[in-house]
Amino acid sequence: MSPELTIGLCLAMPVIGALLVALTGKKPNLREAMTGLASLATIGLVLTLVAPVMQGDQPQWVVVDALLPGVPLAFRVEPLGMLYALVAAGLWPVTSAYAVGYMRGHHETNQTRFFVCFALSIFAALGIAFAANLGTLFLFYEVLTLCTYPLVTHHQSPEARRSGRIYLGILMGTSIGFLLLAIAWTYAKAGTLDFRRGGILAGHIDPAMLPLLLGLFAYGCGKAALMPLHRWLPNAMVAPTPVSALLHAVAVVKAGVFSVLKIVVYVFGLDLLHSTGSSEWLMWVAAFTLLMGSLIAFKQDNLKARLAYSTIAQLAYIVLGAALVTPDGIVGGGLHIATHAVGKITLFFCAGAILVAAHKKNVSELDGLGRTMPLTMGAFFIASLSIIGVPPMGGSWSKWYLALGAADEHAIFVAVLMVSSLLNIGYLIPIPVRAFFFPPKADEHGDDGQGHGHGHGHGGDDAKGGMFAGEAPWLCVVPLCLTAVGCVVLFFMAHWVVRLIAPIVGVAG
Amino acid sequence: MSGLKAHFPVLLVVVPLLTAPLLALIRQKQVARALALLSALATAVIGWGLVIAAREQVEPLSYHLGGWPPPIGIEYVVSQASAFVVAIVSSIAALGLLLGTRETRKEVTEGQQHLYYAAYLLCLAGLLGMAITGDAFNVFVFLEISSLSTYSLVAMGNRRRAFSAAFNYLILGTIGGTFVLIGIGLLYQVTGTLNVQDIAHRVQELEDVAPDSHNLTLLVAFVFMIVGLGLKLAVFPLHQWLPGAYAEAPAAVSAFLAGTATKVIYFQLLRTTVVFFGAAHVFGALRFGTHVLMPLSIAGMFIGSIAAIYQPTLKRMLAYSSVGQVGYLTLALSFGTEAGVQAGLLHLGAHAVTKAGLFCVVAAIVAGVGSNRIQRLNGLGKRMPIVAFAFVLGGVGLIGVPGTSGFVSKWALLQAAFASEHYLVAGLVLLSSLVAVVYVWRIVEVMYFQAPPVDEKTTHDNLAMVPALILLGASVLFGLFPDQVVELAADAAHQLFLEPGSLPPLPTGGHG
Repeated sequence: MSPELTIGLCLAMPVIGALLVALTGKKPNLREAMTGLASLATIGLVLTLVAPVMQGDQPQWVVVDALLPGVPLAFRVEPLGMLYALVAAGLWPVTSAYAVGYMRGHHETNQTRFFVCFALSIFAALGIAFAANLGTLFLFYEVLTLCTYPLVTHHQSPEARRSGRIYLGILMGTSIGFLLLAIAWTYAKAGTLDFRRGGILAGHIDPAMLPLLLGLFAYGCGKAALMPLHRWLPNAMVAPTPVSALLHAVAVVKAGVFSVLKIVVYVFGLDLLHSTGSSEWLMWVAAFTLLMGSLIAFKQDNLKARLAYSTIAQLAYIVLGAALVTPDGIVGGGLHIATHAVGKITLFFCAGAILVAAHKKNVSELDGLGRTMPLTMGAFFIASLSIIGVPPMGGSWSKWYLALGAADEHAIFVAVLMVSSLLNIGYLIPIPVRAFFFPPKADEHGDDGQGHGHGHGHGGDDAKGGMFAGEAPWLCVVPLCLTAVGCVVLFFMAHWVVRLIAPIVGVAG
Repeated sequence: MSGLKAHFPVLLVVVPLLTAPLLALIRQKQVARALALLSALATAVIGWGLVIAAREQVEPLSYHLGGWPPPIGIEYVVSQASAFVVAIVSSIAALGLLLGTRETRKEVTEGQQHLYYAAYLLCLAGLLGMAITGDAFNVFVFLEISSLSTYSLVAMGNRRRAFSAAFNYLILGTIGGTFVLIGIGLLYQVTGTLNVQDIAHRVQELEDVAPDSHNLTLLVAFVFMIVGLGLKLAVFPLHQWLPGAYAEAPAAVSAFLAGTATKVIYFQLLRTTVVFFGAAHVFGALRFGTHVLMPLSIAGMFIGSIAAIYQPTLKRMLAYSSVGQVGYLTLALSFGTEAGVQAGLLHLGAHAVTKAGLFCVVAAIVAGVGSNRIQRLNGLGKRMPIVAFAFVLGGVGLIGVPGTSGFVSKWALLQAAFASEHYLVAGLVLLSSLVAVVYVWRIVEVMYFQAPPVDEKTTHDNLAMVPALILLGASVLFGLFPDQVVELAADAAHQLFLEPGSLPPLPTGGHG
């Protein structure tokens, strides 16, 4: 297959999927099969691109010569985009399976619209991943906002409407108000919007303006949820859980930080930012967001809200990695896109499974749940460890690289990272601990009173009758187990990821 | 055929101008409708034919009316810009008539319909003539033809308020027209000619003689023309007539006017500032752009858009949005650069298509639920899914989301702002786009988040959606594949900016 065709098919597959879903909307089983097929086909196609990219190739496809004068609608698969595409497309089939279980288990309405918009969101995410220039990136960035809006406001309740306003207001406000301004400014100065190694701005812009331009970009990518423009993310949690899982832990938020990384590497260029020190302030903002996000997560009793604030903090890691403008920082940021994605999607899957099976939303209600939902809570525990960064979970590697990136010149941020890890422990670990070691609340179940738990949920092997009676539908449980395993697998696979992205910053993996 | 083609410039005006009285005589609404549509389609074909013809030429085509050479005779000028404008205007007029097929039957009083079509075509003839004529007095004549017919079209709206809206428009429009006439008269007094190119020549000569001292008569002429055109264009704060006129006119007329009337006047404004008085003089010595037009444009952008948020009906909302959009148009001009005028022409096209499309959607809504009050739109996403979706599509176009025409023109506007180092202005343009998000999303929320009423019936007017989808589809198409149009606008702007002296002397004798 020619590279053009592969890229085209990668992008077309989710759209075709959306169309098929829309056409088969009357027959739920057939419709779900369509989502499944489309998602599997998409990840299959994305995987075929990995080998050439690993060999240093950058397949590209110019669709339209001039989306804007001098700005083609074009795609080029470079390592960072490859990684983001793999994460988004790779987690789609899993999430689809989960979504089927969740949406049916939770008796949601308008499921056809849900799956159509979901597929279109993946399309937009892939478009962002493969964009060869800022114009194309912006186009798909806006498409992603618009496609996810119906998902966020899925329940069409007054609460959903209010959240939708904040969601759209912040995301579109920042993208039009800041990002577009920054892009137009870049084009006016550099005369091009292409992503190039080493950046396009060097020598074209007054260095004194660089911090301002960087700020427009960093806050313009509102999906990166830098404080104080983070409010949309907790609000987006009103969406059904699969949306929170794939979009607001993976595709959408990663679109923001991915764009920041890509802009730092390919528009500014590390050398330019490093030599002028223009990104120093961004490190502090990221560090602040990182700590504040964790601190706020502490006092959230609503499980999804706690996870949302955790996501804000974790996204700031990636922005910090970008702002450090050191090769290790970029690698760490890229790696964190993958490791956090797998970890956080697991946590959200668990939160949704708990909601479906036990109808509980708050952390304080989870006492003793480990007995009825051992698999779910076990997966939750594993994913928490990954987020904290404990080996042998994938998350340990990304934090390692971030710390390395900071160690040379900005050692203070190593301390920040450590403090943050402690905070992560503080707000994540109590959840499985409560579930496994605390006795269930008296009014919930009659069979409580024996205060000893199972330790970790790994005891799931000896599946005795009734053991999993309290679990969510299997379509929910299997995906969350898979992604939990993924957390561990990433620990051993991390060097592949590093080998993939290291060339863009000129270090050997 | 080529013989006929040579007469395209005049046919463009003559076809609708002659069909109009015919319709008034026929008194048969079916026949009148068919003839009107046929005539409008013919002008649309001619309009695009002129674009093609103009694209083939480096210099503007000049057509001598009756074979009399200018500056004595009247000349029609097919420049890239005028061809672009007439093509858009005539196409939207044809689509507006297509829309009118079902709508007008309900909205316009029985027995007046043939007159409605006659007025519509007269208005079209006036607008096209204004854009294509190269004679300053002709501009005024056509301006009045289009204005008078517009007043009567607005008055045909089915609510009593239509009369007061039309009257309001009549008073202000007449003042505007008179000011333009006074301006032209003064220009004639100074230069002794009415031919646009000739005026430009002589004004330039006058300015060259004494570059520092302003010729007071010229200055007064300029001010009269600008205020007059500003009134007709609804430049803030001269926009008072527009919301009422757009809101009370029959739906098809709103669509037609929104897409055409202000656009042609904008073209006149371009000619007046850039050609008549010379860009160097107007934007350089007079500082008209940065000191007058720019602040007014920015105020209009914000005040129009903010007012749009608070309107009770869709039509009024779209009308106030137009006031805001006119702000973008004039802002583009205020830079006084070629890039700015290019952006202005692009926005002219983009906004014409988008806003006309949106008014067509409103027509379908009015046909469906019997009102365009926003509180009556609840649950429209369920009741009329395609209509509601089309509205969202148009709305995102107004905001300027990439993939729509609105984005292309806004991008050009930003680039023009950056090129002339107006960084703050670029930021303000984007900030005001965010206000558009608010007024568009207010409607989206009503349509999708409020439960549809239980007992109300909705009728589906699929025919009304045809022009709406054509226009909005064109907007998306232009948003994704803009290069042809962008090139056209660039060439058109370049042509407008050519010094009058650098044009060859006017040809003598012969026509076409």
